[in-house]
Amino acid sequence: MHKKPLSKQIYDARWCYLFVLPCSILTGMFVIYPIGMSWYFSLLDWSGFTKEAKFIGLQNYYEAVNDEFFWDAFIRSFIFMFGTVPVKIVLGFIIAVFLNNQVLKLAPFFRTVIFMPVVTAIAIIGIVMTFVFSPFNGPANKFLMSTNLTSAPIDFLGNPDTVLPTVMGVYVWKWLGITMMYWLAALQTVPQDVYDAAKIDGAEGYRLWIHIILPIVLPFAIVIILVEAVGALNVFPLIETMTAGGPFFSSEVMEIYIFRTAFVTDSGTMPRLGYACAAGVFWGVAVLFITVLQGLWMRRTRRI
Amino acid sequence: MDEENSKNMSRYLNFIAEKNQVKYLIITIAFIIFSFFWIYPLLWVLSASFKTDFEIWGGLGLIPDRLVWENFERAWFGANMGRYFFNTLIITVVSVIIVVVTTGMFGYVIGRYSFPGKKILIGILISTIFIPQGYTIIPVFDLLNNLNISKNLIGLTLATAGHTPVIYILLFAGYFSRVPVELEEAAKMDGAGFVRTFISIMLPLTKPVVATVSILQVLHAWNDFLLPVVITLGNPDIRTLSVGVYAFKGEYFVDWSGMAAASVITILPIIILFLFMQKYFVEGVQGAVKG
Repeated sequence: MHKKPLSKQIYDARWCYLFVLPCSILTGMFVIYPIGMSWYFSLLDWSGFTKEAKFIGLQNYYEAVNDEFFWDAFIRSFIFMFGTVPVKIVLGFIIAVFLNNQVLKLAPFFRTVIFMPVVTAIAIIGIVMTFVFSPFNGPANKFLMSTNLTSAPIDFLGNPDTVLPTVMGVYVWKWLGITMMYWLAALQTVPQDVYDAAKIDGAEGYRLWIHIILPIVLPFAIVIILVEAVGALNVFPLIETMTAGGPFFSSEVMEIYIFRTAFVTDSGTMPRLGYACAAGVFWGVAVLFITVLQGLWMRRTRRI
Repeated sequence: MDEENSKNMSRYLNFIAEKNQVKYLIITIAFIIFSFFWIYPLLWVLSASFKTDFEIWGGLGLIPDRLVWENFERAWFGANMGRYFFNTLIITVVSVIIVVVTTGMFGYVIGRYSFPGKKILIGILISTIFIPQGYTIIPVFDLLNNLNISKNLIGLTLATAGHTPVIYILLFAGYFSRVPVELEEAAKMDGAGFVRTFISIMLPLTKPVVATVSILQVLHAWNDFLLPVVITLGNPDIRTLSVGVYAFKGEYFVDWSGMAAASVITILPIIILFLFMQKYFVEGVQGAVKG
């Protein structure tokens, strides 16, 4: 029997094509097309609100790489990533190990509580946190002062030195529930008798953890790190609602920079969609580059 | 000698069990304290929404002196949260329907059939996994403007549904690929066509995936911020709850209790949904690393 001709194959699969069509159209309109267009927009001198757009080649890119605010935001995004991801991975693992223990009767309750911030709207969290960390009688300062940990209120979000660590802390709090769930999924792939053995053996138990349990969950760890790393670069809603990049741009990450140049008109300057797109493309390529690097590293580690 | 040994052994096991009980008690207490601090900010907003402005900044206590329901009245009518609530509800419900139907169809075909071009299609999809939303937002804004649907809920709903995470498709495809072939063949023998097989045989089988995908999309649509804040920039009428609270902060900066009430209106429905459908939330989240 020989292979059917292509036209016949396509005709036979006509229903398949019809079925993939709706989703493909949506993805095409709102994901694929925008990716292509942002490349094109990035070559224009265009405010976004008028029809006038001038083709200026790579000039936007040239301007971006020469803007120190651009590089500050670029680096800050990575500081944010390297500051939050390891904390989330380690803390999430520790909590998951405790909660994976079936003897702990209240584990489902604790899991629910820790997951609660994850389902809470991120913009609301950002706004509420501006209350919580307010230097004027905010609960965080009230607590610190009533326990005598500080004598004067700390302006967590108003001081360029404390703002980024504070936002990073809130980010970890908001999303730790997801990391915990990832780890729980990983730990549940280990057979129960391995845990039982680890429990009874005492000192031997630690060796079981290192030689048996960790190798089983390691492949998961790599996926978790990848997902978490990309996630930590998408922090627009939290930072926009908490600080809008301030004070004095000291918490401005890449996405805030793009939003600011595209839509926020400070003191009479025109918004510049073309320029914002160039910054966005540059950023997108950088993220993609990191993702690919991590993907390669993932494959190598899995082979070993 | 053996008896002596086993006696010792059982004594040893008892000792371990007792030691473990104390250990678990300590761990439980530590977790209770930790949990309280963990959700304190959420409890704080909830209590602030029932307090007067004066009381909010008065102390750390969570129990209000009396329940000030007027905060909710001010937020719902004065700050227009009532309208934003229904906007958000419409966007969420319609986008869930669109997403379940389109990704379900896509996942079905990808999971069970092979056809020319399938590999390319999957390749394109996978490559969009890590595209940040910020990267596509400006052209999406421009596209909705050009299609003349940026000033009503249609555009916002479509865009919310269009930014579909690939994970939904993978969840459906994975599930459909495990359905035994015999079911399909039996349907064919009965004379059921492609569409009828899908609707009457396949779809009912995937209720768990439908539930998981729906919940994930509810979570995404209800809580989304970047897309609605950009789209509604010049159209306060189609704001969602998140954007509404954000605008509230800018417009009525001194009304803390009203803002707390607006926040509670926004987050409470999802938290209640989460408490009742926790299983599906967990499955959806874990699907990302299991796959």
